Amino acid sequence: MHRTPTRADSRSRQSWMVNSSMNELIKLSATELAAKLRAGEVTSVQAVQAHLDRITEVDTALNAFLHVNAEEALAVAAEVDAIRAAGGAQAQALHPLAGVPIAIKDLIVTKGQPTTAASKMLEGWMSPYDATVIEKIRDAKLPMLGKTNLDEFAMGSSTEHSAYGVTRNPWDLNRIPGGSGGGSAAAVAAFEAPLALGTDTGGSIRQPGAVTGTVGVKPTYGAVSRYGAIAMASSLDQIGPVSRTVLDSAHLQELIGGHDPKDSTSLANPLEGLVAAAESGAAGDLSGLRVGVITELQGEGYQDGVQARFEESLELLKTAGAQIVEVSCPNLKYALGAYYLIMPSEVSSNLAKFDGVRYGHRVLPEDGPLTIERVMGATRAAGFGDEVKRRIVLGTYALSAGYYDAYYGSAQKVRTLIQRDFDAAFEQADVLVSPTAPTVAFELGSNDDDPLAMYLNDVATIPANLAGIPGITVPGGLSDGLPVGIQFLAPAFEDARVYRAGAALETLLEKQWGHSLISQAPAITADSIAQKA
Amino acid sequence: MSTEELVDFDVALEKYDPVLGFEVHVELNTKTKMFSDAPNAFGDEPNTNVTPVDLGLPGVLPVVNKTAVEYSILIGLALNCQIAEKCGFARKNYFYPDTPKNFQTSQYDDPIAHDGWIDIELEDGEVFRVEIERAHMEEDAGKLTHLGGAAGRIQGADYSLVDYNRAGVPLVEIVTKPITGAGKRAPELARAYVGAIREIVKNLGVSDAKMERGNVRCDANVSLMPKGAEKFGTRTETKNVNSLRAVEHAVRFEIERHAAVLDSGEKIVQETRHWHEDTRSTTSGRPKSDADDYRYFPEPDLVPIVTTADWIEELRSRLPEPPAERRKRLKADWGYADKEFRDVVNAGVLDEIEATIAAGTTAAVARKWWMGEIARLAKAADKEIADLGVSPETIVELDALIQGKKINDKIARQVLEYVVAGEGTPAQIVEKRSLAVVNDDAALGKAVDEAMAAMPDVVEKIKGGKMQAIGALMGPVMKATRGQADAGRVRELVMEKLGL
Repeated sequence: MHRTPTRADSRSRQSWMVNSSMNELIKLSATELAAKLRAGEVTSVQAVQAHLDRITEVDTALNAFLHVNAEEALAVAAEVDAIRAAGGAQAQALHPLAGVPIAIKDLIVTKGQPTTAASKMLEGWMSPYDATVIEKIRDAKLPMLGKTNLDEFAMGSSTEHSAYGVTRNPWDLNRIPGGSGGGSAAAVAAFEAPLALGTDTGGSIRQPGAVTGTVGVKPTYGAVSRYGAIAMASSLDQIGPVSRTVLDSAHLQELIGGHDPKDSTSLANPLEGLVAAAESGAAGDLSGLRVGVITELQGEGYQDGVQARFEESLELLKTAGAQIVEVSCPNLKYALGAYYLIMPSEVSSNLAKFDGVRYGHRVLPEDGPLTIERVMGATRAAGFGDEVKRRIVLGTYALSAGYYDAYYGSAQKVRTLIQRDFDAAFEQADVLVSPTAPTVAFELGSNDDDPLAMYLNDVATIPANLAGIPGITVPGGLSDGLPVGIQFLAPAFEDARVYRAGAALETLLEKQWGHSLISQAPAITADSIAQKA
Repeated sequence: MSTEELVDFDVALEKYDPVLGFEVHVELNTKTKMFSDAPNAFGDEPNTNVTPVDLGLPGVLPVVNKTAVEYSILIGLALNCQIAEKCGFARKNYFYPDTPKNFQTSQYDDPIAHDGWIDIELEDGEVFRVEIERAHMEEDAGKLTHLGGAAGRIQGADYSLVDYNRAGVPLVEIVTKPITGAGKRAPELARAYVGAIREIVKNLGVSDAKMERGNVRCDANVSLMPKGAEKFGTRTETKNVNSLRAVEHAVRFEIERHAAVLDSGEKIVQETRHWHEDTRSTTSGRPKSDADDYRYFPEPDLVPIVTTADWIEELRSRLPEPPAERRKRLKADWGYADKEFRDVVNAGVLDEIEATIAAGTTAAVARKWWMGEIARLAKAADKEIADLGVSPETIVELDALIQGKKINDKIARQVLEYVVAGEGTPAQIVEKRSLAVVNDDAALGKAVDEAMAAMPDVVEKIKGGKMQAIGALMGPVMKATRGQADAGRVRELVMEKLGL
């Protein structure tokens, strides 16, 4: 790959960068990059510029970013560099991740950058306030590279339902990067960013992580403030980290987590020891850990290659001392059904505010009188895409008088049953394990006429959202050259356990392969870019 | 506007029993709103008391105002309600531009207070017990202003403006059970009930309770059933009846209208009605049916409110004496006649009289001043009595000056005027203005001599036994002493001088 000189180069010629290629700099994990920043081997401006260059190079093909925030990111990087250069107490007080760039899913509101939720409805809208997680990221001085693509309002499993074009999977540009957080996952997988934020309502962090060979975590419900994440389904939504290593995600969750008085559902106390858990897991010793294989989340319905990688992972865990037990969660067979009643019900109410009255898109009816009902109707008809409309209609119906008990009420009962199933399972096992998604990345457009087939891709991730428990996906190998993800689940508040188990499997697999999975991703070549751009 | 047929009220009541029901919305006077930290304030520039939460911006979340919950519990306790151990909020979904999220966050099937009662005393002392079904928390909507076309009406308006300052202001909605048995006193009871609620929330200090500002808003439900029947008739709900007088008139009007409809053999349409103060009548609003579907579901962004017994008892200990009980106690303590006491209540000077008595005057003296000269001064200045700035201590001091014969009643009234004008305390004013009664017999004797010399015919009358003629001498004596003569001493001197 040919590299053109950058602004950063001219500022620090004798740095580590000069002797390495940008290629190596962007391939560092967030933790490694942070160490080099602290050691003064690279500057944050160099790191940010390297990632901006990478975005310039490959994003015309990927479309992972909806907005690139170059100027502000470089300014924050320069500020961190200046503080470090000055030394003293201020430099000491810098967050360990200060200066490490990050990408933000465009469902999370940010001052000074547009926030669209990948919807026409919010085209051009600028939030006057920052999400709580964004305030934390600003306080810690992580330069924000920009906003990443998603399925409109986070509704979808493929990032094909964005009003601003599909995002492509870096492993195969003809395939989906998962969804709804396909932009964040693709950006991290393609080395456009070492870290990203996602949101996970039914798997929107974990399923994209699985199909792009990256790591993603859905924390315990309430562990990370939802204030400023545009609500899809309030009782299921959770912001979480996206990265290429388990340790990086642990660092990021510790940064963004903790109680927020602005979010009534946030936990009273921060979850601690996540980084320590990831580090201890990476030592590869799982002696005494009971790992439960969920009967209902494997086998039939899972592609052969996915099932094979899953079984190999179980064998590896055993060699590390884990005790594999089989557990049954019989009510999981109702999870998808319950999810597709609860989620759209909340969607129908949460998205009512998008009516063109106060902000965002406004469409006037082409003819007839200009009444408020007709303007709201025309706005919503034009502003929302088909998948969003499908869920609003479904949810409106499910909440209607006379149907509420049969649909929403029953679904909430199922939710309780699933929570009880998990409670019972966690009496027999410390963590549960399953494939993250039943298939590898499917081809773009292949589910266009069949939304149900797309919904099925979340069958293994949805239960964690219904139960409010934490889940992680780690790369588990390839099937037909495409990544397979392995998911660990733990009881609520025990996020440390998924980091420990995830880091252990990551270490064991990489030792076996002799490299990380992501390092095997095919290069995104000039040819492929030209073809897809 | 109204072409409705009406039946005379008394005639209607011969044939039908009215059933009433009220939904009273009380705006709480918390510093901030129900779910955001925006100021809860009236009268500011439009859309200034708003945060992202009040505008329903993408990504925002509500947080319950704990003070609003406490105020709601206080209202529940004052209405003898049960307080829920655990309760929550729901979303009431409907599209309307004054509701920024297009749903209202409101309590639904688990109100914070339920199953209470309140005794309502009418003017003649008859008492009705009104059962309270529930008191629940919710948020207010914004305010729409319709411009162009017919003034202020949505029909024909060119455009409408929205002010979200009021959006999210905490409300408590108090709902009665059906009220039966009021008969022809139904309109009076309606007025008294809403008045009592207003008084209670004002007394609790949880609301400014100004009906003209919409702090207390009443929806009045009325139905009629044939006398002696048990099954309620179809009701109408008259919305936003926003003065006590209007509540009474609206209930009376609906009774007369319902009777006319029923007499003609037609059916009452279940609907909302709009009250028109100008014509003292209601007109049809939108039909209301049980099919209104707000798609309520539990608000997922909030966690349940749990009320511990300790918390409730702590709040109960904060309850002030109920206004009705207080009145009963004060009337007995003060020994006022029924009419005297009612006048005091209507003049709104209970607090002032109570404080004045506590500061050291008799009940009669306190009433004399507050209902007399102070009321007159307030009226002349076009002010509320409370805003006049007369303290209980002023009255005590004035009274002491009179009792000590330092000044007479007439001078005392002047002194009060000077107090109101800010000249100082009564004692200071008497000193500064040399208003003390003239007791100096030499000076007074001279004035009496002069008066007697100037009015020989009067003197003759007195000598002839017409003692009331002494009054005729009083004018010139007072004039000569600039009003400072002690009338009693003048009388004594005249008698002495005439050897009577």
